Amino acid sequence: MPDSATVERTDAELIAAVRSGDTASFEPLLKKYQPRVFATARRYARRESEVEDIVQEVFLKAFHKLNSFRGDAPFEHWLMRLAVRTCYDFLRAHQRTREISLADVTDEQTDWLDHFAANPADASENASAARELVETVLAQLSPEARLVITLLEIEDRSVKEVAALTGWSVPVVKIRAFRARAQMRKCLEKLARGKYL
Amino acid sequence: MNMAELQKKLFAAARANPPSDDVPYAFEERILAQLAAKPAFDILATWNRTLWQAAAPCVAVMLLLGAWTRFAQRADSSRETLAADLESTLYLAFDNSTETW
Repeated sequence: MPDSATVERTDAELIAAVRSGDTASFEPLLKKYQPRVFATARRYARRESEVEDIVQEVFLKAFHKLNSFRGDAPFEHWLMRLAVRTCYDFLRAHQRTREISLADVTDEQTDWLDHFAANPADASENASAARELVETVLAQLSPEARLVITLLEIEDRSVKEVAALTGWSVPVVKIRAFRARAQMRKCLEKLARGKYL
Repeated sequence: MNMAELQKKLFAAARANPPSDDVPYAFEERILAQLAAKPAFDILATWNRTLWQAAAPCVAVMLLLGAWTRFAQRADSSRETLAADLESTLYLAFDNSTETW
């Protein structure tokens, strides 16, 4: 396995070649980083066609903006910043205003909630119902809230990392994270109220 | 129901199930085809290139006009300049003030 310096140098060579007009040199970069970009896009879009559109946009933007890559940080960081911002644009463009209701929750998710209500410690985190429930709740959040929850709580990134990825300042990330958690809790309360009251 | 606990549990569920990083077959071909179909357009680079291309003709025109002005003056130095012509035309009315009044 090559060390990170070799990988960076290779990336730098490829980027220099693309900048000088060799479009084919973009292919190795594409092949190397597309799995990460796909995984990122799948956190924000459910339909595979939407995921593919996001990834395509990320790489087209990367190609056209390659001149703005200064090489201070690894190419991967620059690309992931672009990917996160493209996903955020996607969320804003596909923002839903409909509020969550019990109709949005499947029988399996309701069963999991019942199980959690009866015995919180016993409810499995690995259940597909829990995973789907997170998706359902996240889909109800505002784009900012969804982005910040995903990066901070699900991807387990630091506030500084989130600030670098999103382009927001650290205090803005903190405020948005606070509001996002509150927004999510409100969604869950609404669900619980509909079910148990 | 404990909402904070539920929220934690859901975050843990999401962390435990990261999305797949599978790439559809030949996806890179799709992007490369897009790149081939739509060449990159960098407005600054285009502007820069156009300015450099325009520099040589501009210098040539400047040199030609300079040479023409110098030679024209030498060839007909007795004739009044355009500025003098303009001045005399403008002040013509004042020179003939007695006739006007």
